[in-house]
Amino acid sequence: MKKYLLAVLVDNKPGVLTHVSGLISRRAFNIESISAGYTEEPSVTRINIVVSVESENELDQVVNQLSKLIDVIKIVNLSKSPSIDRELVMIKVRATKKDRADLVNIVDIFRANIVDITPENVVIELTGQQSKIDAICEVLSEYEIVEIARTGAIALSRGPVPVKRM
Amino acid sequence: MDFEEVLDLRMNGAQAVLESLKKEGVDIVFGYPGGVVLKLYDEVYKMKFPHILTGHEQGAVHAADGYARASGKVGVVFATSGPGAANLITGIATANMDSVPLVCITGQVANPAIGKDSFQEVDVCGITTPITKHNYLVKDVRDLPRVIKEAFFIARTGRPGPVSIDVAADVFNTEFEYEYPETVRLRGYTGDYTGDAAEIDAAVKAIEQAKKPLVFFGGGVTSSNTSEDLRAIVERLGAPSASTLMGLGCIASGTKGFLGFAGMHGSYGANMAIQQCDLLLCIGMRFSDRVTGRVAEFAPKAKILHFELDPAEVNKNVEADVRVLGDLRWSLPILREKLMASKTDFGAKHAEWLQHVAELAASHPFSYREEGDAIKPGALIRKIGSLMDEDAIVVTDVGQHQMWAAQFYEARKPRQFLTSGGLGTMGYGLPAAMGAKLACPGKKVVLFTGDGSIMMNCQEFATIADHEIDVKVVILENHILGMVGQWQRLFYNRHYSASELKGKRDFVKIAEAMGLRGYRLTKAEELESRLPELLAEPGPAVIDCVIPQEENVLPMVPGGKRLDEMVLGGED
Repeated sequence: MKKYLLAVLVDNKPGVLTHVSGLISRRAFNIESISAGYTEEPSVTRINIVVSVESENELDQVVNQLSKLIDVIKIVNLSKSPSIDRELVMIKVRATKKDRADLVNIVDIFRANIVDITPENVVIELTGQQSKIDAICEVLSEYEIVEIARTGAIALSRGPVPVKRM
Repeated sequence: MDFEEVLDLRMNGAQAVLESLKKEGVDIVFGYPGGVVLKLYDEVYKMKFPHILTGHEQGAVHAADGYARASGKVGVVFATSGPGAANLITGIATANMDSVPLVCITGQVANPAIGKDSFQEVDVCGITTPITKHNYLVKDVRDLPRVIKEAFFIARTGRPGPVSIDVAADVFNTEFEYEYPETVRLRGYTGDYTGDAAEIDAAVKAIEQAKKPLVFFGGGVTSSNTSEDLRAIVERLGAPSASTLMGLGCIASGTKGFLGFAGMHGSYGANMAIQQCDLLLCIGMRFSDRVTGRVAEFAPKAKILHFELDPAEVNKNVEADVRVLGDLRWSLPILREKLMASKTDFGAKHAEWLQHVAELAASHPFSYREEGDAIKPGALIRKIGSLMDEDAIVVTDVGQHQMWAAQFYEARKPRQFLTSGGLGTMGYGLPAAMGAKLACPGKKVVLFTGDGSIMMNCQEFATIADHEIDVKVVILENHILGMVGQWQRLFYNRHYSASELKGKRDFVKIAEAMGLRGYRLTKAEELESRLPELLAEPGPAVIDCVIPQEENVLPMVPGGKRLDEMVLGGED
């Protein structure tokens, strides 16, 4: 299985996310993550999808089927061009006094941040590529992870050309 | 624009719907009223908008589908919220699978009631998303004209399909300044599918190199109205041709080299030709599992050329060696021109292959054995075919009779063999036949149905009786759900589980009770002595033909088998 990050520009209208997610599930495509948000144009929403497929053929199917949706304006496979991708994670870890120094060390090494702290917990925030986030999650699994929230990956193309003009 | 004109354009949402339908050239709506569409129906009443009240919303949507398939125009349906909309679902899915243009307008509960589990509330957009080309929920009357304009544009352009418009009840009542847009502006959809001519050059080159080509076409030729180009191409190539179930009629049955339809119950000639050809020129088709048999061994020796509008259909089930993406209205005329200009003597090059395929086809034609004085389905359908003129429209339901109709009825033109191919919807036939007749009042319409299928929407007998819609309903009554029974006979030790119809129903009496003439034929001789006059009588009628119970549809490619692993009938 290979992963690809698709940037999908859609009309900012009610029901669009249902159209996209419904299509993905009924065509039995494998999705690693999906996230959506406003863009520089108020009428356009950008959906970031990480899809995992067996073959180029299957990838074409995902792109072609999504392209058929009337409210999909444009799809670009950012994994095929120079791009930067990032994901944000927040991890709540049980941290009593004796663990705290170790955790601060880990946070420093990963260039993460501690964004909340209580006598029992810390909340760690990290932005990075998925592999980096997977790595910190693995290291932290030695401690008691209370909960994790991840955004899924988002990406932008490198250079001056935006997705809408690719 | 002066003040008076502005005044004229003030109207409510219900009027705006009907005004917009008029502007789209809609001449009839099929529907069923209810609570939230009362205002819409009040305007139907006041404007005397042509409307057919069916017995069930499913009847309305299939009727609109039959209307659309027969005419090539967009079929339009009205239904109320909740159960009304939910009853459309099977019909919308049927149209979606076969790429039929529909616009379904449903009432939704009023804006303040949405999301509160209100009386007769159902999430129509949620339900219809997987089975429509697009759908809308209109909550503001000012969006209504644009949405209707877009819906018709989307339904009829590109690969046609159903579009659902759900309208909140209060929108029908709200007055606004009506203006119907001249054009459609959608950022994600242009409806223009002009392709790259270089792809056609590659196809021509492959055709010039082929020794044993087969032209294989589907419903895309029907829906793009390109059968004339198709026929010219086939003629120029002097090659054999075959259709899918949905392509029947695009090349007249009996045309030299035309092998009929291929697939699970397709002809021996067509299936063998697919497995033996060295080039399969596929036009407007999507390689359904009913067409390909075991897909990994479909057309194993052939280079696959795929002419297709929908990019998602290319390489979906069968990988294409050469693809020509684009509207057939664009690609086929160019292909035709280039083949005409080619220096290759296609006729000479393909003569031997054509002869070989003709011999294959002649060795196992569709056939049946006479059985005493029983009415054999093949004989019945052939007889009716001989009594129909070349413009007649045949509609089928789903099951054994559908396959017999496809095998034995000689469709001569496109849009004259209407059948639920993709979804296989029992109950499709009667309402679809009604819609087809209303679309083409000058043409004869015959429905072939079974004693299972007809019961699924037999309430529409009353509709065709009330409106004197001249449909001849031919029931092939074998007292069993025939296709289910055939599979049980062949693969489940004759365990006729829940498939026998040994009840006391009497189709002649049902017909009469609903206001139709009803007849029953039980003997083969009646095909000569009675059938011609029954079909010639003006007005709708039900002709119940009792056929043997244990008749199989053959040939048959059992599930998971190659196309050339057919179980044959007749002499075998």
